[in-house]
Amino acid sequence: MSDYKIQVRNLHKAFGKKIVLDGVDLDIKPGESLVVIGGSGTGKSVLIKCIQGLLTPDEGSIKIDGTEVIGADEHVRDGMHSKMGMLFQGGALFDSLSVWENVAFGLIENQHMPKKDAKNEAIRVLRQVGLAPDVADLSPSELSGGMQKRVSLARAIATKPEIIFFDEPTTGLDPIMADVINDLIIESARGLGASALTITHDMASARKIADRIAMLYHGKIIWSGTVKEMDKTDNPYVCQFINGCSQGPIKVEV
Amino acid sequence: MKEKTMPGNHIEKFLRKLGKPLVKFICGLGELSLFIARSVYNSVTPPFYLKLMGKQMIDIGFYSLPVVALTTIFAGMVIALQTYSGFSSFGAESAVASVVLISVTRELAPVFSGLMVAGRIGAAMAAEIGTMRVTEQIDALVTLSTNPFKYLVAPRVLASLIVLPILVLIGDIIGIFGGYIIGVYKLGFNPANYINSTINGLESLDITTGVVKACVFGFIIAIMGCYNGYKSKGGAQGVGEATTNAVVSASILILVFNYVITELFFAR
Repeated sequence: MSDYKIQVRNLHKAFGKKIVLDGVDLDIKPGESLVVIGGSGTGKSVLIKCIQGLLTPDEGSIKIDGTEVIGADEHVRDGMHSKMGMLFQGGALFDSLSVWENVAFGLIENQHMPKKDAKNEAIRVLRQVGLAPDVADLSPSELSGGMQKRVSLARAIATKPEIIFFDEPTTGLDPIMADVINDLIIESARGLGASALTITHDMASARKIADRIAMLYHGKIIWSGTVKEMDKTDNPYVCQFINGCSQGPIKVEV
Repeated sequence: MKEKTMPGNHIEKFLRKLGKPLVKFICGLGELSLFIARSVYNSVTPPFYLKLMGKQMIDIGFYSLPVVALTTIFAGMVIALQTYSGFSSFGAESAVASVVLISVTRELAPVFSGLMVAGRIGAAMAAEIGTMRVTEQIDALVTLSTNPFKYLVAPRVLASLIVLPILVLIGDIIGIFGGYIIGVYKLGFNPANYINSTINGLESLDITTGVVKACVFGFIIAIMGCYNGYKSKGGAQGVGEATTNAVVSASILILVFNYVITELFFAR
């Protein structure tokens, strides 16, 4: 057993000539909630997709529970995916399935739970994220954006993953709904004892859910520390980002 | 640098212009080959999603019946009419039944069914899978440890392979019936004679080629629909493009392979 749940070393990824990740190092301990902050287009999503194996990095190493996942065969990858849950930015709910079938997808397809039990479990998880049981039979398109996020969160935690990824969980929600989702993220991650990796540029959300914050800039992690350390740091990049100033070392590429 | 004025540079520029699309085309061909290999591999290895396959079979087969019936009946009718008006000057009206039989079973039923299903189903596949791609639903499948090739592509490919031949066989019958209607009710042939010469002219090779063609067309439709959907990107516009590409490429490939298969079976 490794000390780190996820260990990323020297990760490189480029699309054509555009270098997106340029040597990222990242560690996440078991049960820790790490938030990666960074501007739009700095490669946060690419980082998360590399770790999940949705993209193949050009160079570097990613270890999950001490097992190298880059270049691993399908069997190892499947085993890895069954430890993971992911809340997608746009929800990414399957619109051909009902809400409960979405939530129970992993339970039915991979853990081969009987349908009836899976539905009960799905309704239980839905209640956990604050949705009434009568939502279960609706189709995802009948729900509001906030409710879709909750269903997506329910789907991510239904299989009781050891690692949960949150891709901009509060983007596109009103501040109150955003805070509700933050609370749910904290609750569900703590409840499962799972490690969490969140990427966001919403500082309020980052402060609330992070044990530790890392800042991604120009393809590298340029700073990491706790929320308290972040408020005291004199790193000009971090200061500019958390205060949201247009003036500073970070130049917005228009 | 003085290089800019050198004549060799113009040639290089020209070659670059030529080379870029060529390289892109070859890359695309490679991508498609890999996609086909992965699709076939995942279609023949477990787990099988039989329920999804059944749903696709109903979508592709049952709901395509009206269009296939309409196209083949009119194809059979028009062939009967044309054959009669073309051959009557040679006094060979009796050839109408066998010409209808041969053209419907060998060519018209498979090609028309293939093209109609390509328009109906190829487009739907590309649009559905493309939307799933751009809304990250395919990524979501992967994170839920489900192989999208097995869950999305394999059921569609297998369903098309099974259903298209059945559609074509039904199209054969309806097309020949269309010829019969014109022959008997318009051209005044004796119904018994018409049916007799149809049955006498029936050869298993005609039906076999039609069925072989249907299998190949089914595969083409499903692969082009899934492939274009799978690699689509960039929101609504990308999905629209994928849909167009799926239908156009499937239609062209159907006509090309129709010729190739005919050549294989009938060229001596």
